[in-house]
Amino acid sequence: MTYQIGGRDLRSRFFIGSGKLPSYRIIPEMVEKAGVEVITVAVRRINPETKQENIMDCIPDHCVIMVNTSGARNAGEAVRIARIGRELTGSDWIKIEVETDAKYLLPDNEETLKATEILVGEGFRVFPYISPDLVMAKKLEKAGAAAVMPLAAPIGTNKGITCAALLKPIINEIEIPVIIDAGIGRPSHAAEAMELGADAVLANTAIATSPDPVTMAVAMAKAVEAGRMAFEMGLLVEKEFADASSPLTGFLRRIE
Amino acid sequence: MIQQELRDAEAIFQSHRTPATREELMTIVSKDFLNRMDYLKLLAADDDDMELLERMARRAHDLTERYFGKVVLLYVPLYLSDFCTNGCTYCGYSTVNEPYKRKKLETEEIRGEMAALKKNGFDSILLLTGGDRKRSSVQYIADAVRIASEFFSEIILEIYALTQKEYRIVLEAGASGLTIYQETYDRELYDKVHLYGEKKNYDYRLEAPERAIAAGLKHINIGALLGLGGAVRDMFMAGVHGDYLQRKYPEVELCLSYPRIRPAGSASGPADPVNDVRFVRFILATRLFLPRVGVSISTRENASIRDHLVGLGMTRMSAGSRTTVGGYATDCSRPGQFAIDDERGVNQIVDMLRNRGYRPEFTNWVRGIA
Repeated sequence: MTYQIGGRDLRSRFFIGSGKLPSYRIIPEMVEKAGVEVITVAVRRINPETKQENIMDCIPDHCVIMVNTSGARNAGEAVRIARIGRELTGSDWIKIEVETDAKYLLPDNEETLKATEILVGEGFRVFPYISPDLVMAKKLEKAGAAAVMPLAAPIGTNKGITCAALLKPIINEIEIPVIIDAGIGRPSHAAEAMELGADAVLANTAIATSPDPVTMAVAMAKAVEAGRMAFEMGLLVEKEFADASSPLTGFLRRIE
Repeated sequence: MIQQELRDAEAIFQSHRTPATREELMTIVSKDFLNRMDYLKLLAADDDDMELLERMARRAHDLTERYFGKVVLLYVPLYLSDFCTNGCTYCGYSTVNEPYKRKKLETEEIRGEMAALKKNGFDSILLLTGGDRKRSSVQYIADAVRIASEFFSEIILEIYALTQKEYRIVLEAGASGLTIYQETYDRELYDKVHLYGEKKNYDYRLEAPERAIAAGLKHINIGALLGLGGAVRDMFMAGVHGDYLQRKYPEVELCLSYPRIRPAGSASGPADPVNDVRFVRFILATRLFLPRVGVSISTRENASIRDHLVGLGMTRMSAGSRTTVGGYATDCSRPGQFAIDDERGVNQIVDMLRNRGYRPEFTNWVRGIA
């Protein structure tokens, strides 16, 4: 089944990052086996003149390139990087990543909002990467973002869904798609994100640092699919107590 | 202020009298965030404790992959001039050592060298000069940077300490970063090994990274020359310096280097030699203490050590290096700043990285971004 995001009809709800991959040459196999349709590419690393392996040559034509602004320290830099990225890749999907905290690499929501407002005005499909904050997500939606990408845990930590209580309100309250990004270390984390009701999941570190990135991507893609299926079906609500086979209050209803 | 930070660090160093127990060290290794005392304890651990080293290595490997991915950035150094007016007892360029004919690359030579390096695929260059404000003036350096920006997207300078205004000049010419080593964080020793020249001013050098940051340079690489003074103390102070810069200037891309003293001309040998085990432990301990800080390893180190450091913390390495002025396209028989121990060309380094499951990266920043 397809769904709509950023003006495209996609099937796969599993997006991959490319920054940490051991080689770009594994991308085509990963795309084929895991059914991936969206790949992020850091503008800072695109070098059209390189004699070495060029990421742009390794991404299959049918894939959507999501350009990211990693390395930007403020809205102005993010905007500049986005423009260069569009020129270099021909893609108008831009993931805004503004990190002013080099230690934990947590996003600067405020600068991200500023950059979103400018880039939406220039016709980009804007995917802001944020700390999970409902109020900010609403502002981004209002500014015209194509989706929001809240983190599940600090980037690269593989800690999983550490803040479901903050992610859930975003998923519940905003209309645009929610893509859970960062912190996804295992397939079970990806499934959990989808069970929460996320529209898609993005992972990089967990795949790139796996001994077999292609197989890990497949495992993640399957988990994403399973999580989505369960969400669409309507998950059973967890219960604190087991159901007693003979009701404890049955005597009040005269069934003994 | 950095001086105050280092005084506080000195107090920590002095309070560390009894070596940490095995159990304590093992607990430190598995902590999520290490404090400065933890870091010092790891640096000062017993060289014979290979089990601790292995634990540290596993954790450092994990952290490096998590934060930097399976990627190593390759850069190349280019020595522009070996004229120097400083008297540093440990350096091959210093005027205290045996005199030799000095050389400075002229514009066309610079272009020739850079074209040769570009042909090898490099996109990140480190430009170096000796400390001679007259013969390699700020203007001369800025001109070289301007030429470099026709070829490379990342230009890092390893030159004498400048004023903030001068850093601004090289930034505007196209420089992206600065490498500047304090050499030793022992003030007295610093005074002793720098006999004369502008470099004798300890504080002026110590504050240079912050002047560069204030001027707008975004990549800063610091370190101590290991072996010159007490190695554990110098390494600790360099780590604290890094921690301080990272906290105060979170927007800066920070890198640490671990140059070990190598034989250089007739210069003196190390006072406190750093053997391979200690060297590796220093790198691992720093990765645990500063998980996101880059680690650059030059060709001072031999091929075997460098190969094994892939994945253990190293994020940048030089390749196909010459430490002589004009070693790539012109004269190759001159004395270098230090002896090189990894003579492999760039293609061999690329193959080595790929064989180890790593992606050699040449571009850190596409030009025009920052």
